Amino acid sequence: MNISEPIRLLLFLAGIMAFVGFNAAYLVWVERKGAARFQRRPGPTEVGFAGLLQPIADALKLLSKQVIVPPTSDAILFRLAPVLVMSPALMCLAVIPFGETLVARNINIGLVMVFAFGSINVMAIMLGGWASRNKYAVISAARVVSQDVAYEIPMLLVVITLLMVTGTMDLNQIVRQQAGWFWHWNLFKLTANPLMPVTFVIFYICMLAETNRAPFDMAEAESELVAGAFTEYAGMGFGVFFMAEYANIVVGCSVATVLFLGGWQSPIGVWSGPWWFLLKMYFLVFSVIWIRWTFPRTQFYGLLNLSWKILIPVSLFTLVLSSIMLKLF
Amino acid sequence: MSIPSFIPHEKMSDETFVLNLGPQHPATHGVLRVKLTMDGEYIARAEPVPGYIHRMHEKMGENRTYAQFLPNTSRIDYLSAMHYTHAFVGAVERAARITVPPRAEYVRVITSELNRISSHLVWFGAFLLDLGGFTPLLYAFDDREKILDLLEGITGSRLTYCYYRFGGLYNDVDADFLKGTRDFTAYMRPRLDMYRALVTDNIILRKRLESIGPISAEMCRKYGATGPVIRGSGVAYDVRRIEPYSVYPEFQFDIPVYPEGDCMARYLVRMEEIVQSLRIIDQALDQLPEGPVMAEKVPRVIKLPPGDYCYAVEAARGRFAVRIVSDNKDIPYRVKLRAPSFSNLSLYEEASQGMMLPDALALMGSLDLVIPDIDR
Repeated sequence: MNISEPIRLLLFLAGIMAFVGFNAAYLVWVERKGAARFQRRPGPTEVGFAGLLQPIADALKLLSKQVIVPPTSDAILFRLAPVLVMSPALMCLAVIPFGETLVARNINIGLVMVFAFGSINVMAIMLGGWASRNKYAVISAARVVSQDVAYEIPMLLVVITLLMVTGTMDLNQIVRQQAGWFWHWNLFKLTANPLMPVTFVIFYICMLAETNRAPFDMAEAESELVAGAFTEYAGMGFGVFFMAEYANIVVGCSVATVLFLGGWQSPIGVWSGPWWFLLKMYFLVFSVIWIRWTFPRTQFYGLLNLSWKILIPVSLFTLVLSSIMLKLF
Repeated sequence: MSIPSFIPHEKMSDETFVLNLGPQHPATHGVLRVKLTMDGEYIARAEPVPGYIHRMHEKMGENRTYAQFLPNTSRIDYLSAMHYTHAFVGAVERAARITVPPRAEYVRVITSELNRISSHLVWFGAFLLDLGGFTPLLYAFDDREKILDLLEGITGSRLTYCYYRFGGLYNDVDADFLKGTRDFTAYMRPRLDMYRALVTDNIILRKRLESIGPISAEMCRKYGATGPVIRGSGVAYDVRRIEPYSVYPEFQFDIPVYPEGDCMARYLVRMEEIVQSLRIIDQALDQLPEGPVMAEKVPRVIKLPPGDYCYAVEAARGRFAVRIVSDNKDIPYRVKLRAPSFSNLSLYEEASQGMMLPDALALMGSLDLVIPDIDR
């Protein structure tokens, strides 16, 4: 294709923004509809066919509302936080390979970039909570920091384990290595590390915790902290936090798909393409929604205990095991 | 009692802050305000501030005739209206020496136990909601809907029933109600097994409730806590057994008691009570006698002989007692309502000390507070 580089980048930028916007809006619809089905009720039905226009109506409502900045809050940080929470998700998607050639910027340390930008999310929620000058928001901000620090460690340990297997940080390269039938996926590379499925489970749990999703939604524990860090946000300020939550789920599930489930590779060896990537990613997204509407919230110290006492030792063990396997074979 | 999995916060620092939990807060399920003195996320002191929905029910009782005050009693604890009207009706009947026909007594037991189940189902859903699980609420309300439909058929109302009258019932039950109730008890038992499999045995729920919020039997006695709270602390106190009323002595049922005293014990007590209520309903349906449902010769205007009368029932949240002091007029001299939620709340300050905020809210949920019942 003879598209010049600046135009290509511009196209991808527009594409990613549209992708994130569309996902954030319609994952809300999927979540509401899914939750309704789990709870034996129809969910949104009024706006459009099967409530399909509901996200647009919600967005318009939020946009038409006044963004109230509390007089006691730190006005600059208060406004900055929603921007900071949304932009890293967009940045992370720039290096995610949707297909063999469908990637905005294929850089050879893509994985590092995803995790570098992924951790800004924590800071943004903390800033939002802190700048609100609300007691519930400050408690929530403190929780977010200790939770996400605790879960960043096992997540990165698991990723290092995986890096030993792949030997590259180039996300597209990682996907190419998983070509062929589904037992070539990193998830099933038991010869490299017999505990590979365990590392995937750890990665998945950490992803839930990092994106503050139930059962780890300590930041927005609505029955304890009203709305946590977002208590003081009104209108689109809240809307952006809400969208960022879904954008981060998409990023997390995309990374999990690329690292463990073979990205755009077909599970049956033929017809590889972006559709497989989307299928696997949305399956993971659906499982995230499923978990939210099935389990109650964990207790805060239980959450930290899970990370420090179970996930970190197990992930350290897989790391050691992986290096031994690497040395032996 | 096992040791909790966190290090108890023994010494509070000087840097505390006050957090107003309520009067509008999702976890208080009403307009209860709890003034929390917090040390970080630990509670140094929790001071309940009731009174936001005080309606002077006791005072209203003192300037109305007995029949006029009767509908008020179902508004005190709107979730177990049957028990509350039962207590008031019972007190007046005891004072006026009205004998209630047996069929009416049996129907009272059936409807009271149905109401207990529906109240516990609301608690089950709301408690899980407090713990962050939204889905069980919808399932519990689905089951409760069946009870509300049954009771609506005979009483005409879905929540604040005024079905019991001095000397009997407003009207007789019909065949639809009897068949529907039989179907319901058959339907409810498998549902409870499902709740056990999906909710009670969930590891996250167990971790959140076991050894959290321990309340000792002494603390319950000190504050007068009754109902599932004291039964979850190992005391088999149930008004239906201790001070038998109506036709409860006719039925076989167990009083579920769990000695642990933690939130899980109170949870299990309530879930077990639903099973026992189903047992009572089945027996009452089997033994239901024929006959009138209203005593003959109940005076139109009731005047109680001078004296001091008390009648206690086991409401869904514990012992509810009505005490009437009469001075031979058609309105009582004094009406005292002993509400279980008020006593159950009063131990909260002591029990929640040093707990973390989410645990304290789990404790509050496990007490099953109904705010209008606290304030009256």
